[in-house]
Amino acid sequence: MKTVNIALPKGRLGEKVYQMFRAAGFDCPAIEENNRKLIFENREKGVRYFWVKPSDVAIYVERGAADIGVAGKDILLEYRPDVYELLDLKVGNCRMAVAAPESFRDFVGSTLRVATKFPAIAETYYNKKCRDIDIIKLNGSIEIAPILGLSDVIVDIVETGTTLRENGLIPIETIVPISARLIANKASYKFKNEELRAICAGLEKQVNNND
Amino acid sequence: MTEERIIRSDEQAVFDLRRLYQRYGYVRYKMGRFEEYDLYVRNKDFLVSDEVITFTDHTGRLLALKPDVTLSIIKNTVDRPGAVQKFYYNENVYRVAKGAHSFKEIMQAGLECIGDLSGYDIAEVVGLAVRSLGLIGREYVLDLSHMGLVSAMLAESGLSPAGQSSALAFIHQKNGHELKELCDREGIDPADAARLGALVDCCGPAAETLEWLRPALRGGEELRAFEEFRQLCAILEKSVGGSRVRVDFSVGNDMKYYSGVVFKGYLEGIPASVLSGGQYDKLLAKMGRRSGAIGFAVYLDLLERANSAEEYGVDTVLLYDPGADPAALSAAAETLAGEGSLLVTAALPEQMRYRRLMRMTERGIEPVENR
Repeated sequence: MKTVNIALPKGRLGEKVYQMFRAAGFDCPAIEENNRKLIFENREKGVRYFWVKPSDVAIYVERGAADIGVAGKDILLEYRPDVYELLDLKVGNCRMAVAAPESFRDFVGSTLRVATKFPAIAETYYNKKCRDIDIIKLNGSIEIAPILGLSDVIVDIVETGTTLRENGLIPIETIVPISARLIANKASYKFKNEELRAICAGLEKQVNNND
Repeated sequence: MTEERIIRSDEQAVFDLRRLYQRYGYVRYKMGRFEEYDLYVRNKDFLVSDEVITFTDHTGRLLALKPDVTLSIIKNTVDRPGAVQKFYYNENVYRVAKGAHSFKEIMQAGLECIGDLSGYDIAEVVGLAVRSLGLIGREYVLDLSHMGLVSAMLAESGLSPAGQSSALAFIHQKNGHELKELCDREGIDPADAARLGALVDCCGPAAETLEWLRPALRGGEELRAFEEFRQLCAILEKSVGGSRVRVDFSVGNDMKYYSGVVFKGYLEGIPASVLSGGQYDKLLAKMGRRSGAIGFAVYLDLLERANSAEEYGVDTVLLYDPGADPAALSAAAETLAGEGSLLVTAALPEQMRYRRLMRMTERGIEPVENR
């Protein structure tokens, strides 16, 4: 049995996803201990988990440091890593949306200023609509961009909409639903095929049980 | 040490690949460093990366530092009915590697077979792709797909043209869940959706995978392409063995240039495909040519990364004192060099990794350390 390296996103989503791996029979008791370690292994089950920044999971998998990992669809759409997307885990559900102040009216005669952490997703979306846009790449606190007149709209992840409402914004268009996906390195899928398929099948059962 | 390597170094690989291709009658194609930019801009989508280093020469022509070899080879061949031309190359190309932010010089080897292709020519090229992998690494696999078959199944599916292109991307990602959602959204009959789903699920040893897929096929173009693919896999099974060749429809993601078999090669220990190729008749048609063409490239830059993890730099380090007799040292070096790689030095280089350390003394060669 070959050891499978699994990159999990640090934080609440990662913990939830680990519970799915555990229920699927790929537990790792060391991970449940309260400590600051980042790598955990269960040799008996042939798994080695490590916690990484959520936006880095796809990089670890694409470059083969991890055989599989769990990444949000937002990251996959934004960075387009060359990986397999094997399963929709149906957790971490939210959506990528366009939001704007309630008073916003889209005057198509002028360039739309879009503030976002996800320039590639925003560009693809507006290109399909043939809408001329000016992308303003920000790294956080996107919601304040329209309030301060930096942008007309924002493209961002919306979970409950509370943060938007509290900043006087409303979602006006949904671009794509987002959830956590199981991704795999392409070469690992060839050389650890049996192991990866077993994990994927175990997780698929968990997804179906949760439905 | 060479025998123990799992993956051979790029220099050795170039030498071995060249010998292999020559043995099958391929002649060396040597290209210039520059090419007219126009050639690449007209066929931008065919390139691995569409970013090209350009500059203007003294006559005002816009030139490019070659990002690709295939387009130049095609340009330098002519259509000769009934004949094929076979070329191999090893060249440095210049492009932005995926995930990198700057241009890189990438060593690439490969071959192209251009002309009125027969079933034999196609099997020969794919067989050489398998053999190329075997020359480089110990554990390897070649994944095969057939764009004619995939395109025919997509065309039959009832999906809109935009839907077909999304479906191809989902098959490429083995993304069965979004493929199903797409079919549901476009109101595709569940039986048709399941046929496309089979292209995601279906991967493994060629003969049994194709047998599994066969009942899902309908007549016409699907069966013609399937039969062509099945025959190719049967020939490969005999020529290079079935265990290294797998059918996997996630390989191809381009219906614009590729018309027949497409393939990617993987070596254990390297996270990305090291070999990529296919039959690209549609590119030639787009360039106004009647010939067919098939070829592949081996990305030798990736081998370097695998070898950097090599445990030892040399087998033996032989240390000597400044006053050592050069003649005795030379005789000792001759003996030790026959046993593996050797570094003769007065001072041990920093961070040198070696299997054994020896010292030349007045009494002869004495072992210091064995690892």
